[in-house]
Amino acid sequence: MPAASSVQEKAKTARHAGVVRATHWLTFVAFMALLVTGGEIVISHPRFYWGEVGNVNMKPLFVLPIPASRDTVPTAYHYVMPDQNGWSRYLHFEAAWVAVLTGLVYGIYGLVSGHFRKNMIPERRDWSFGAYWARITRYLRRAPPDRAEETSYNVLQRSAYLVVIFVLFPLIIWTGLAMSPAFTASFPWTAALLGGRQSARTIHFFVSWLLLFFLIVHVIMVARSGFRRRMRSMITGYSRGSEEGQ
Amino acid sequence: MSPITRRRLIRGGVAAVAAAGGVAIADRMAKRYGLIPPDSGGIYGPGETLTYACQRLLNVRTPAREFPRSMISEKPFANEAYPPGDEFKKLLAGGFKDWRLVVDGTVAHPMSLSLADLKTLPVRSQITEVACEEGWSYIAEWIGTPLGAVLREAGVLPQSRYVAYFSVDKVIWDSMDMADAWDAHTLLTMGMNDGDLPVGHGGPLRLRLPRQLGYKSVKYVNRITVTDNIKKFGKGKGSVSPDFGYAWYAGM
Repeated sequence: MPAASSVQEKAKTARHAGVVRATHWLTFVAFMALLVTGGEIVISHPRFYWGEVGNVNMKPLFVLPIPASRDTVPTAYHYVMPDQNGWSRYLHFEAAWVAVLTGLVYGIYGLVSGHFRKNMIPERRDWSFGAYWARITRYLRRAPPDRAEETSYNVLQRSAYLVVIFVLFPLIIWTGLAMSPAFTASFPWTAALLGGRQSARTIHFFVSWLLLFFLIVHVIMVARSGFRRRMRSMITGYSRGSEEGQ
Repeated sequence: MSPITRRRLIRGGVAAVAAAGGVAIADRMAKRYGLIPPDSGGIYGPGETLTYACQRLLNVRTPAREFPRSMISEKPFANEAYPPGDEFKKLLAGGFKDWRLVVDGTVAHPMSLSLADLKTLPVRSQITEVACEEGWSYIAEWIGTPLGAVLREAGVLPQSRYVAYFSVDKVIWDSMDMADAWDAHTLLTMGMNDGDLPVGHGGPLRLRLPRQLGYKSVKYVNRITVTDNIKKFGKGKGSVSPDFGYAWYAGM
C-alpha cells in the first residue's frame, strides 16, 4: 500500500518541528482525558436543551438513549449508572488547562515561525474547487500519497487542520466557558450569543463529536499512508522517504 | 536527533531558571492575594488553582447574571437533599418559629438570629439561575437578606479569609472566600417566586451563591462561621464536597 515513490531520498528529511511534535502529543493526551471525562459527565444528565435553562420538568431538544448516573433523571432503563462526576470534573478542567496552554504555545509558535503561513494555509495554486476535487478523487481512488506529501500537507489536510485549530478548538473552549456561572458573570455575552447556557452545553456536545470524528479520520489516514513511518516522523521529527511504511 | 550543543545547554538552563523564578513569584503573589483554593493538593491541584485564580482575578466585582421576570422557570426542579433529621421535623412542625441562624467565628459580635430578625435587615430579591454540575438548570426569583448585611451587623474582623456555612443536617457544609461573601448576590434566601422558600428548595433558609454551581448553595443553613483558617474545618479542604470527590470551587 505505501508508496515506494521517493527512492532517491535516502537521507533523512526534516518533517515536523519540535514545538509541533510536543504540542501534538500533549494535545492528544489532554483530548483523550477530556473525551473520557466529558462522556462521564454527560451520563449524569443525558438530556439536551436549547436556550438558557433546561431540566427534567422541561421538554428536551433530544435525549441520549443511555442510562443515567443519577436517579432523578428518567430514562428507559431500570438501573442507575455509578456516579463518577467528582474526579471527572476535576480531570476535565485540568486537561482543559493543558489543552488551552498547549494551544497557546502552538498558536504563538505557528504565527511567529510562519508554520501556519507555510504549512497550513492552502497553497495559492490550490485555491480552487478543482484542486479540492482532484484531491478528493485521489482519496476515493485510494491512490498512494504523492511525492509532495512526504514533506508537506495536501490541500484537504490543510483545510481540515485549519478547521480544527481555528474553528472547532476555539468553539469548544468558548462553549465550555459559557457553561461556567462565574465566567458568564464576567462575560454574559459569551452565553447570550450562543442562545443561552443550555445551548452552549448542546453545542459543546456536538463539537466534541466533530473533534472525535476528526481524530478517527486522522488516525485512519495515518494508518493508510504508512502508520509506522508517520508515527516516527511525528515523534522524532524526521521521515525517511525510501522506507516501507508497514 | 540533533546533538546537544553548548548553546542549547545554556539556552535550556536560562529558560529553566526563568521558569522556576516565574513559578516562585506566582506562588508568592497567589498566597498574598488568596488565589489558592483549600483543595489545592493532589494531582488535580494545579488545574483547580489555575481555574480559581483566574476566576478570582476576573470576577471579584462582577455580579452574577440576572434575568428578566419572563425567564423565570415555570416548574423549577427541586433536587433531592440530604434528609434532615428529627430536629428539622420538629422545627418544621413549629412553622420554623424557633429556627436560629448562629453567626460566630472571627466576628466582633457573635449572634443568633431568628428568621424574623433576618427580615429586619435589608431584604432584596433577585432573579438568578441555579445551575447543577450534572447539567440541568432553572431560573427563579430569590428573596432574602444579603450575607453581607449580616456580616456587617456581626462586625467581621480584619483577619477573616473565609465564611463557612453549615446545614442543619450536620453533614453538608461549605465555605466561600470573602469576595463571594461580600457579593450583593450572595443571599440568605427565605423566599422564592413570591412565596416562602419551599422545603424542597432548602427552606426555611438556603444560602444562594449564584456565581457558583448549585451544590455550593447549601440548603437548611443554621450556622455561619467566619474564619481566618479554613483548614480547621472538616478535613481541611474548605467544604464537604472534596470528601465526595467534588471541587471546593464550583464557578466552572
